[in-house]
Amino acid sequence: MRFGIVVFPGSNCDEDCHHVAKDLLGCEADYIWHHDTDLKGADAVILPGGFAYGDYLRAGALARFSPVMESVAAFAKKGGPVLGICNGFQVLLEAGLLPGAMQINRGLRYVCRDVTMRVENDATPFTSLYSKGSLVTMPIGHMEGNYTAPPETLDLLERDGRVVFRYCDREGRPTDAANPNGAARNIAGICNREGNVVGLMPHPDRCAEALLGNDAGVKMFASAVAAMAAR
Amino acid sequence: MKVEVRVYPKEGVLDPQGKAIAAALGRLGHQAVRDVRAGKVFFIDVAGADAKAAEADARRMAEELLANTVIEGFDVKVVS
Repeated sequence: MRFGIVVFPGSNCDEDCHHVAKDLLGCEADYIWHHDTDLKGADAVILPGGFAYGDYLRAGALARFSPVMESVAAFAKKGGPVLGICNGFQVLLEAGLLPGAMQINRGLRYVCRDVTMRVENDATPFTSLYSKGSLVTMPIGHMEGNYTAPPETLDLLERDGRVVFRYCDREGRPTDAANPNGAARNIAGICNREGNVVGLMPHPDRCAEALLGNDAGVKMFASAVAAMAAR
Repeated sequence: MKVEVRVYPKEGVLDPQGKAIAAALGRLGHQAVRDVRAGKVFFIDVAGADAKAAEADARRMAEELLANTVIEGFDVKVVS
């Protein structure tokens, strides 16, 4: 199993993802500089968190024009698993690989804290080791996580089970109080129609080992390993 | 040629920034303020003398990059 981790100028969670893939799961992991178009034989591609291009114009807006994104789009089109975490999710939205857009958090502030989410879709290559309806806690750290899309797009996402994670309270209810950023319908993560491209605002890479007090996130990476083994 | 591209949140799209500014203006005593929407302006210098071409060009720039048309509208004006 080989993970390819894209590095944009301003990415800052690339090493976290590399650590999870290589040191914790014993997989191969390569950094892929955004100017490269060769994915180095990656079985799964991760767009990590950070501030690609300083978030100039809009978060993810400039990163989508990096040469590597054409290769990522082609890889995704062939069914290759692609995971966008936080800023990586924003890049996937701007690139049109996932529908919708991010707005500034409704509280107008950067929010950095743990959130509880309900797993809504356990059939993607990044969530197969979770079970649908279970609750997971992961940290968020973002200014633009207020997910939005036209109502018909939101309805389509719901109908096709493409909401992957939803912010909820500790009883699993998607309440407004449990929504950290104002995201439409408490959406924390979604996938494309085929399910192989997944984006989420919370950081599984920052909670992937017991040493950090929470290892809930490691299953996202381990799911990809399991998905690859099952091929 | 100088071209201006205005990008702003679409009608009906939540604009937390505009809301916060409206609230602040109210607190400053501008009681007549009913609503604010906050956007961006791009002042673009384009080579050539064909105003129509410059406008069409700027329109493409807005669609490709300057605006996220999921949530933002835009308009284009050739200034000089």
